[in-house]
Amino acid sequence: MSNAFLYALVGVGLFSLGFYALIRHVHLLRKILAINVMGSGVFLVLVALAKRTGSALPDPVPHAMVITGIVVAVSATALALILMLKLFAETGQAALSDRRKE
Amino acid sequence: MEVITWLEWAFDAVLSVGLLWLAWRALASPDLFKAIVLFVSFGLLMALAWVRLDAPDIALAEAAIGAGLTGALLLAALARLRAIAFKDTSVPPPQFSKPQFLHWLLIFFLLWLGAGLGYAIWVLPPYSTGLSVAVAAHLDASGVSNPVTAVLLNFRAYDTMLEMIVLLMALLGIWSLGGFPPHTDMPTGSVLDTFSRLLVPVFILVAAYLLWIGADAPGGAFQAGSVLGAAGVLLLLSGWRPRVSLTQWPLKLALAAGSSAFVIMGLLTILYEGQLLAYPAAQAGMLILFLESLATISIGATLAALFLGRSSDHEENQ
Repeated sequence: MSNAFLYALVGVGLFSLGFYALIRHVHLLRKILAINVMGSGVFLVLVALAKRTGSALPDPVPHAMVITGIVVAVSATALALILMLKLFAETGQAALSDRRKE
Repeated sequence: MEVITWLEWAFDAVLSVGLLWLAWRALASPDLFKAIVLFVSFGLLMALAWVRLDAPDIALAEAAIGAGLTGALLLAALARLRAIAFKDTSVPPPQFSKPQFLHWLLIFFLLWLGAGLGYAIWVLPPYSTGLSVAVAAHLDASGVSNPVTAVLLNFRAYDTMLEMIVLLMALLGIWSLGGFPPHTDMPTGSVLDTFSRLLVPVFILVAAYLLWIGADAPGGAFQAGSVLGAAGVLLLLSGWRPRVSLTQWPLKLALAAGSSAFVIMGLLTILYEGQLLAYPAAQAGMLILFLESLATISIGATLAALFLGRSSDHEENQ
């Protein structure tokens, strides 16, 4: 019995926590943090399940996917942050409003 | 033996609780600055978790990118937010204006989601070789002996090719919206100045080592590129600015080198081997090293260039 399942379940926990925060928080910077936590949870599940090979060497394909994923995540985060700053400079609030402005 | 197994389980348990707790604190902290610092420490704990899962390649990438660069980006964005809203520097706490009923419905839904996902993972077979057997069988023909590098640069090299393009696209989007230029008017202390001068050559040396060792051991283009990018960010944050002539075509060449090399190599391999990025086995090692070197330069330049932003554009236009 390896620790793979423990970490996979932690990944599910992180995903759910991030999802909760993504919906609950209004501030866009917090939403971006929440999406990053969700992403970490997904990565953790992928890599934890790759450890189930039964030998000392885990499956390298999910590892490569997660390394790619980390770089894509930082690009997406940077783009999201700059869009948030632009929105803040335009409207004065770092949140998406439900109501349509007249 | 028994004691060591027990200790390992205890470590895993503490790390799991720590990860969940830090994530929760980072997401619930009323102070945004505190939230970001907690998120960076969460990233560092994630790097520990990768080591525990026998994924040192990811641990290196996470420590450099996930914790380091994302943290720097978040802090730069927060500084800009507060600079724009200089009148009221206090960030309003998260508002919970939604009805209480919806809140409980959300918790109910997410509990079910978490339980369902957890169950789906729990009933998976305890042993599964996945694609590790296929990778091991073809490792000799890949030109490198580190299986993760073999997957990234040979078996699934098109992933890496598209990723280089994603990175370039993201930078173009960010530049067109202004970028994250650090405060220029802030004087840097002599400690930071000396420190960065001493550290940057070490960063470059480490990047070269990671690039070279990536063929046989944990390391590779992404890790080397992110270390190089961190060196650039450190220099930019401590007040160094590249000469205007450097931000013209030399920088643009460095940014585009990785993606263009992948595209050209892809076309050549289609012409000569009949398949995208299928290297001839004899030259695979050399070709991978060539692609990785250019990718490292591009990744490093792109990550550092996120912090260049509009200041350099202004100089260009003048």
